[in-house]
Amino acid sequence: MSTLFASLFAFATLVLVAGLAAKIWQFARTPAPLKIPTSPAPLTRRGAALRVAGEVALFQSLFKSNKPLWLFAVLFHLGLAVVVARHLRYFQDPVWLPVRLVQPFGLYGGLMMVAGLALLTLRRMLVARVAFVTGPSDWLMLVLLLAIGASGLTMKAVAHTDIVGVKAFFVGLMHLQVRPLPDDPVLAVHLGLVAVLMLVFPFSKLLHAPGIFFSPTRNQADDARERRHLAPWAARLEAEGN
Amino acid sequence: MADYEIPTLGDVEERPIPQLAPGAMANAKTCYPASAAHQEALGFPGGLVPDWQEKAIAKMGDLLGRYRSLQVFMDICVKCGACTDKCHYFLGTGDPKNMPVARQDLFRSVYRRYFTPAGKMFPALVGAKDFTRELLDEWYNYFHQCSQCRRCSVFCPYGIDTAEISMAAREIMDHIGVGQKYCNEILGKVHKIGNNLGLPEPALANTLEGLEEDVKDETGLDVKYPLDVEGAEVLLITPSADFFAEPHVMGLIGYGKVFHAAGVSWTLSSYASEAANFSMFIGNYDHLRKAALRIRKAAQDLKVKRIIFGECGHAWRVAYSFLNTVAGPWDFLDPRYPVPQHILEFTYDLIRRKGIKLDRSGNEGKVLTIHDSCNVARGSRMGDFPGGQFAIPREVIKASVPTFVDMHRDTICEKTFCCGGGGGLLTDELMDLRIKGVKPRAEALKQVVDDHGVTHMASICAICKSQFTKVLPYYGFDREMIVSAHQLVSDAIVLGDNG
Repeated sequence: MSTLFASLFAFATLVLVAGLAAKIWQFARTPAPLKIPTSPAPLTRRGAALRVAGEVALFQSLFKSNKPLWLFAVLFHLGLAVVVARHLRYFQDPVWLPVRLVQPFGLYGGLMMVAGLALLTLRRMLVARVAFVTGPSDWLMLVLLLAIGASGLTMKAVAHTDIVGVKAFFVGLMHLQVRPLPDDPVLAVHLGLVAVLMLVFPFSKLLHAPGIFFSPTRNQADDARERRHLAPWAARLEAEGN
Repeated sequence: MADYEIPTLGDVEERPIPQLAPGAMANAKTCYPASAAHQEALGFPGGLVPDWQEKAIAKMGDLLGRYRSLQVFMDICVKCGACTDKCHYFLGTGDPKNMPVARQDLFRSVYRRYFTPAGKMFPALVGAKDFTRELLDEWYNYFHQCSQCRRCSVFCPYGIDTAEISMAAREIMDHIGVGQKYCNEILGKVHKIGNNLGLPEPALANTLEGLEEDVKDETGLDVKYPLDVEGAEVLLITPSADFFAEPHVMGLIGYGKVFHAAGVSWTLSSYASEAANFSMFIGNYDHLRKAALRIRKAAQDLKVKRIIFGECGHAWRVAYSFLNTVAGPWDFLDPRYPVPQHILEFTYDLIRRKGIKLDRSGNEGKVLTIHDSCNVARGSRMGDFPGGQFAIPREVIKASVPTFVDMHRDTICEKTFCCGGGGGLLTDELMDLRIKGVKPRAEALKQVVDDHGVTHMASICAICKSQFTKVLPYYGFDREMIVSAHQLVSDAIVLGDNG
């Protein structure tokens, strides 16, 4: 069992890191031949960076678009962020101060995350327009995240697992040692689903996380008249005199 | 007027969203395909090539490697639905495939099938589809129900711009021989003659002479509308509709009066007699560049110092955002001025410096509103501050008319609705779509007409002007209520006593 999970997480980590690196490399390498910021847009590159930061941290465009959806999305993502930060302690010895500070909020983060997911799921079912554009993979992603949240909350609030043993397992794994993983079915489900999430990340819509940083309509400065923008392939076209 | 089903206008305050009507536009009358002659003139195959599927996938791969927008937008949509109630064609037709994300998914399903591991292994799970003939027909239908107005991209949490995807789709279709007649025929005329209408130099000269006579009759002054004058200060590039269509031509008359009053020498070019650049609509970089290079050549041949663009939406996007890229650098022009400038920037600057005098009584009795053209609003700028594309036209209009009222806040500035005829859809066979597409704008206009007594709506785009004068009458509006911004300037400007 321990060996199985150790191999699974080693493999999932490899897929996640290599897969994401490949996608980020692809996004970064592909040129943006024309200036296409959705205007009005910031006039400077620093302003454009702030615009992207506003999208990432505050979901500004979504706020403009749809207030309930914005609220549900913030609930989920903020909850997830707290939960992820809270989980870092299982990989650290000693535990960083910021991670210790977030400790008391872990449960609330988990509840926010699951509540946000539940509301997003309901919305997907009840709003006909959204249901129309929802495919099997979209439903499965929600089910996966809900199951991860629910199994985690179960261990937090209902049936505690041997968390010291879990930490020993993961710290050991980071030193490439296989230590015993506590024998707990809820834990096995939780970890198994997290591994699945890591495996599908680079091949799914979760790519919105790195992708937002590369979105030309958001990350370009509005300076087309002042600064000549030329993609390498367009420059070659020009040089060939075509 | 022919028999069309006219949607009932709702209350703009309630932001009416239609019930889904699946398939409502599936069998819509679609636009005429380009003939072999029109296709081949642009270097595209004359008809659907036998190995079209293979060619289409190859072209898709090529575009994915050259356009970051396309690659990123294909991968990052989470189907959140934020865009689903934002497209005027969805709001007007109720067809769910006119929701931006559903339109994108026509492209994305093919992308996933041929370019992603998930789509190759589990197509049904991730909505990946083989590129079948039926799907190609859906592409042709629904990618010609997108006016590339970018309203969806304002509201998308990741800025996904359906315009980029519909441009790529049309580019792919052109490359397998399935072009659209309206765009490709027009583009051929630009390459051959210099403007969308195919007006040769003598016809242009004749038209401009006629304008000079009209203005002489009206004002008693020799206001010039010069053509091909070497050594003029300004080269004016304006949409060719300005030469004859109404209300467009009243705008052109206005530009001439502003130049006259300011004492700035200017000229039009018979070689580059078109601001419009339909290459953007079909997503083709080479043609975009080829058409834009005519402007560069005209500027060099006529030895002008500045380039100014007339009122046209997508033309201004191409000019403002792309001209420096595809036809620059412009180091041979006067570096004190941005290249290019918009005629509204020019006029606004004169108003501020008191270089021209405007008398609002020239437009007595008019209550104005403005339709922000989509490509100006979301694809360009005027002036030196973000949002100048909204402020400057308003300032110029307010200086020319007694009363100005804005339409509902959800329908102006960056949230403006497309007129329903942009993106290469301003063709008669799409009249049903155009009538339905103008619905959100018509709702907002009706409110200010009813509540504030608005008499006229100014527009700063040739396509908007043509579309509105044609389709707004179906909703009971008078076609004459559509005016050019510079038509208002023209009626207010004080000429002849500047000395």
